[in-house]
Amino acid sequence: MTPHPTTPALPLGDDALILSHRLGEWAGNAPVLEEEVALANIALDLLGQARILLSLAGDEDELAYLREERHFRNVQLVEQPNGDFAHTIARQLYFSTYQELLYDHLATTDTPLTPLAGKAVKETAYHRDHATQWTLRLGDGTDESHTRMQRALDALWRFTGELFDPVDGLDDVPWQTLRDEWTTRITSALERATLTVPAGPRHGAWTAGGGRQGLHTEPFGRLLAEMQHLHRSHPGATW
Amino acid sequence: MTTIAPEDTGQEALFDATIAADERIEPRDWMPDDYRASLVRQIAQHAHSEIIGMQPEANWITRAPSLRRKAILMAKVQDEAGHGLYLYSAAETLGTGRDELLDKLHTGRQKYSSIFNYPTLTWADVGAIGWLVDGAAITNQVPLCRCSYGPYARAMVRICKEESFHQRQGYELLLTLSRGTETQHAMAQDAIDRWWWPSLMMFGPPDDESAHSAQSMAWKIKRHSNDELRQRFVDICVPQAETLGLTLPDPDLRWNEERGHWDFGPIDWTEFREVLKGNGPCNDERIGRRRRAHQEGAWVREAAAAHAAKHPAHPPHAGTDQEEAAR
Repeated sequence: MTPHPTTPALPLGDDALILSHRLGEWAGNAPVLEEEVALANIALDLLGQARILLSLAGDEDELAYLREERHFRNVQLVEQPNGDFAHTIARQLYFSTYQELLYDHLATTDTPLTPLAGKAVKETAYHRDHATQWTLRLGDGTDESHTRMQRALDALWRFTGELFDPVDGLDDVPWQTLRDEWTTRITSALERATLTVPAGPRHGAWTAGGGRQGLHTEPFGRLLAEMQHLHRSHPGATW
Repeated sequence: MTTIAPEDTGQEALFDATIAADERIEPRDWMPDDYRASLVRQIAQHAHSEIIGMQPEANWITRAPSLRRKAILMAKVQDEAGHGLYLYSAAETLGTGRDELLDKLHTGRQKYSSIFNYPTLTWADVGAIGWLVDGAAITNQVPLCRCSYGPYARAMVRICKEESFHQRQGYELLLTLSRGTETQHAMAQDAIDRWWWPSLMMFGPPDDESAHSAQSMAWKIKRHSNDELRQRFVDICVPQAETLGLTLPDPDLRWNEERGHWDFGPIDWTEFREVLKGNGPCNDERIGRRRRAHQEGAWVREAAAAHAAKHPAHPPHAGTDQEEAAR
């Protein structure tokens, strides 16, 4: 019953959907009131992108609520739990830097994703800027914040190689160039923040990967259980 | 804030004349200490209600049953954080900063609206909060747009616009459930059964027992009595409930031709006082979570302050980013 569209709108839509969901978990828990507004703002932008992308691939609610875990195509980075504020910022820095580069490229091409990419690249630039500013504050703030930020960057590093695995249907994207540019930008942001670029591998047996093929990490099942439970409890209902 | 003795300056007469002429008091104007204190108390309680009020609704963000509803709910909770920001800023114009007010909230020295001490048990509660709780809040707040203190009145204009949007969304959510499957209809009815009476309590104690009402009305901070506003709310809700196809849980509800209003049954003020005292179903959870978020965020706020102190030439303070975030 579940459709398996092959359009690249699906993996990109899943990235936005799942990261938006994780950011939504911060509501009421942010360290300062301004961040309640900012994190919700980013979550809403991503949800808006997700809805457009999933609608290109099929029915947005069917795709979000009725697929099994193995049919989600998001990268594993976006499903990682929020952790402390530093983990959330590290995840956002890694992802938004990638998403901005990808959308920037797609905005100049002529594909069904071009209109979305053109609009979303501006949102994504703001998300990246927000994460970069916090990386600076936390990296070059107190000893504690520096330690926490470095720990978060290190912990999530192994999930970054997968960002540049080619996506089916996006054959013209110069993934290696994007990856090099991503590394340059991240290195510059971390150096300004007095932080160290993590040294571990980004590819190999013990690094992350496989999200685009529907292989996810253990926390993802619980995320879906929570997200899908109400919708699935009332088959055919309208909300 | 320095208060110059009014007899030296005739400023008290000026203040009274401004109030009498229905004009606005502004932050730099002289004002009686009690007027200032009364406003700080009211604005702080309002701000606290916005940020505590995020919790019962945020409870459903991760379970919203469609992406459209999820976007609406997230935007609503975000608006509440924004309302908290405007209101803490309005209090700041009276000389009391956000940190001090948050500390009073966290230590139980200032209150928030008791309604948020009730739990959101089903998805329909999100609709009931929108329709009833935001509806009651609007009934209370629209007159505040004409409040004598300028910054508060102006904040309320913006807040009321957003609140009426939320109220319509809540109503529409309930209408969808009411006209949906049998289970959805029952879910909506159950939510109304649980939220109706607490919503009526939001207008505060009856007029003859209200501690702050008389002075607030004389100062034109408040324009209508608790009971007047409560009646206005009941009169609005009865026909709306009928359109929704839902029943308000009050057997005494009937039209009174003579008064031109709906009569309603007695409110359980014992319950109201118990919840106010801290014995409601979620008092401990709400304040506990607020304190925990604040404590867990301490290192983040300290880092931002330390960074700003190290780089005074380029203050990358949260403010600028967030104003952009709230765009």
